[in-house]
Amino acid sequence: MHHDGCLLNVEELSAGYARPVVGPISFSVDRGDVIGVRGPNGSGKSTLLNALAGGAHIFSGVVHRRPGVRISHQQQAALQLDNVPLSGRELLALTGADARDLPDWMAPLVRKRLDRLSGGQLQFMQVWACLRAPVDIVLLDEPTNNVDPQGVRHLQLQIVAMRPTHALLVISHDRAFLDGISTRSIDLGS
Amino acid sequence: MNLFFHILDPMFRWPLLTGVIFAALLPVLGMYLRLRQEWLAALAFAQVAAAGSLGGAIVGVPPQVGALACTCTAAAFKGWLAKTGNNGYALLMITGWAAAILMLANVPIAEHLGHALFDGQLYFTGVTHLAFGAAFLLVVAAVLPWLSRKLLLERMFPDFFRASGLSAWKFHLIFDLLVAAGLALATASIGVMGAFGLVFVPSMIAYRIGPNWRGALWVATGISLLAYVAAFALAFAVDQPFGPVLVLVLAALAAFGYLAQLMPRWRAPASL
Repeated sequence: MHHDGCLLNVEELSAGYARPVVGPISFSVDRGDVIGVRGPNGSGKSTLLNALAGGAHIFSGVVHRRPGVRISHQQQAALQLDNVPLSGRELLALTGADARDLPDWMAPLVRKRLDRLSGGQLQFMQVWACLRAPVDIVLLDEPTNNVDPQGVRHLQLQIVAMRPTHALLVISHDRAFLDGISTRSIDLGS
Repeated sequence: MNLFFHILDPMFRWPLLTGVIFAALLPVLGMYLRLRQEWLAALAFAQVAAAGSLGGAIVGVPPQVGALACTCTAAAFKGWLAKTGNNGYALLMITGWAAAILMLANVPIAEHLGHALFDGQLYFTGVTHLAFGAAFLLVVAAVLPWLSRKLLLERMFPDFFRASGLSAWKFHLIFDLLVAAGLALATASIGVMGAFGLVFVPSMIAYRIGPNWRGALWVATGISLLAYVAAFALAFAVDQPFGPVLVLVLAALAAFGYLAQLMPRWRAPASL
């Protein structure tokens, strides 16, 4: 399973918080992969991504990350702004994401404070900050939540365009979106 | 005019300049404390600094050194506990207050300094205070631009931060030490509540009306300097202790900021 070209190799991973939620599971991630993580609610999809990003406890198994591989992780929960006066441009700059690739209808919004954006606009900005960061692997957890069809279509095109140079693991309840971007799937079953 | 010339008198020039430094720096630290929802740290470190200043005076070391030693030890201890949030700061605050009051009550040598610390008698500060303030200004100018992105990234994308292999506790500790040092030096110059007010109020207003993070930093600094200069002149003119006058001016600005926010045409524009 493990070979020189792979960015990430997961072996018999069992992860969770107080107790294991997902696994044991094994898979590898190569550049060019867009892996759809599928499974019903409670199957541990988000926990799996959290474990890869270092945010969940690994009970057994190992995650081999190729040295120097960089990961960004868009969590399912919306950003907790709490009145922080951060603009969209400043948010994108934090992760090093390029604001120039934003769709025309989002570009003017980068000057606005994040707490003055709609839920869908904020979600799009949050996803974009992770998607366009200078990383090798992007983990997206329900990126299309609250995003309108135009935004979903743009994300889809962007992910397909990024496929040759990146690897992505994506969780989404939007089956059409996932089918449109995935090169393969991991099914966590029930 | 007479007042203006009096303020520029050498006797008042050093206190004025010392206060300007802290009026410019404390609200910036307040912006990041508020980002971490740890604004109570300012009051905690100010109280610990007061106790440290008094302790230093009792054992014969400069108040600034005593304050710095105590607040930095407290910050390191909190960092070692690896906990963020206000619980640790609340404990530091009440412990610092109790220690300071007991020293005031039992050691005569602490009484004069104690009044200066709790009344905020800025006019008693001298060149030593200014030198410590200037040195701290240089440290903040060197460290904070490097630290800022990390503090913001960790707040907005904690997982991204972790996944990038960055260790949050190191940056928390560096920031805590920066805040501890700032509050220690500011408390020794402008008193407990004056220092806390400059951390708390300008950042509170800036969070409401700032157009973005960078803009809000300027708003907070501008409000702080405005309040400081107004309070300095007012306290001088009416011959009152500086600390309470500063706090009242800040409270008035906070009320004004709140009312301004209620008026739609004064709100920060939606798009700048």
